[in-house]
Amino acid sequence: MSARPIANTRTAAGMPTGKLAVWWLIASEIVIFGGVLGSYIMHRLAHDDWAVQAAYTNTWIGAFNTLVLLTSSLSAVLAHQAAESGDGKKAARLLYATCAGAVTFMIVKAFEWTTEITHGFTITSSTFWSFYYTAAGIHAAHVLVGAIIMLIVASAAKKGRDLHHVELIGLYWHFVDVVWIFLFPLLYIAK
Amino acid sequence: MSEHASTEHDGHSPSHYIRIWWILVLLLIASVVGPFIGEATGIQAITLFTAFGIAVIKAYLVVKNFMHLTVERKYVMYFIVTSLVFMLLFFAGAAPDVMKAEGQGWVKPLWLEQAEEAAAGHGAEAGHH
Repeated sequence: MSARPIANTRTAAGMPTGKLAVWWLIASEIVIFGGVLGSYIMHRLAHDDWAVQAAYTNTWIGAFNTLVLLTSSLSAVLAHQAAESGDGKKAARLLYATCAGAVTFMIVKAFEWTTEITHGFTITSSTFWSFYYTAAGIHAAHVLVGAIIMLIVASAAKKGRDLHHVELIGLYWHFVDVVWIFLFPLLYIAK
Repeated sequence: MSEHASTEHDGHSPSHYIRIWWILVLLLIASVVGPFIGEATGIQAITLFTAFGIAVIKAYLVVKNFMHLTVERKYVMYFIVTSLVFMLLFFAGAAPDVMKAEGQGWVKPLWLEQAEEAAAGHGAEAGHH
């Protein structure tokens, strides 16, 4: 049986199949996060008393993590640009910097959640905290998965292989950033 | 890589992306400071705009400049917009059930009780005055 190549460079749709798949993934993720955020918004509007619970979230920690993700998006787009010019080593370095952003985000989140849980705010404390941990938890899972894939892409890019993957992981990473841009005011500012 | 998107992308220098990042950081600062000003002045519109209006602007900047959606194939935009429409449909369909105390053939007894208690409380308060 002859080995067949995986269809990753076809352009029948006007773009590489991998890129089309990432955009498709993002479209489906919009429905997932949209459902969670939409549910949160309608419940929040119906319950003024949630403001009392929301007052315990730390705006400064949320703002710091927003800064971390915005900065990691910058390094991801610069990595894409380096890959476009064929500089795999530079692309890899910038992707590692993006991963450092992901690790910083997760460490801050771990510290934040530990503080909240030790103060008695757990996922079962109230509906507000259920939404808080669910929305931020799903997002954190995406950060983790993105960082792992980025390490794999970076190690290949370092050897000058599969440079087109740098753009694909970048697209996903920017989407994760956009989700946080909306989570930040909803969970940390609207009090 | 898509030739279409790459051509447009190559026109951007690193300084362009760094400039966009600075704008995003300034908007982040505004979104944190704004609600404090809104609270101090009692103008809720400031809080709403700085929290949510700025979030929309930040998301637009990331999608346009970092994801290059505007130079992508048109149909990509179509299915992203379709997903957003599904999200709005979900909101429009579910929000009345979540946000209202009663509707056609259903009622939330606890909500009505709380509303009656609140009204009675206000009545008693008015009586004392």
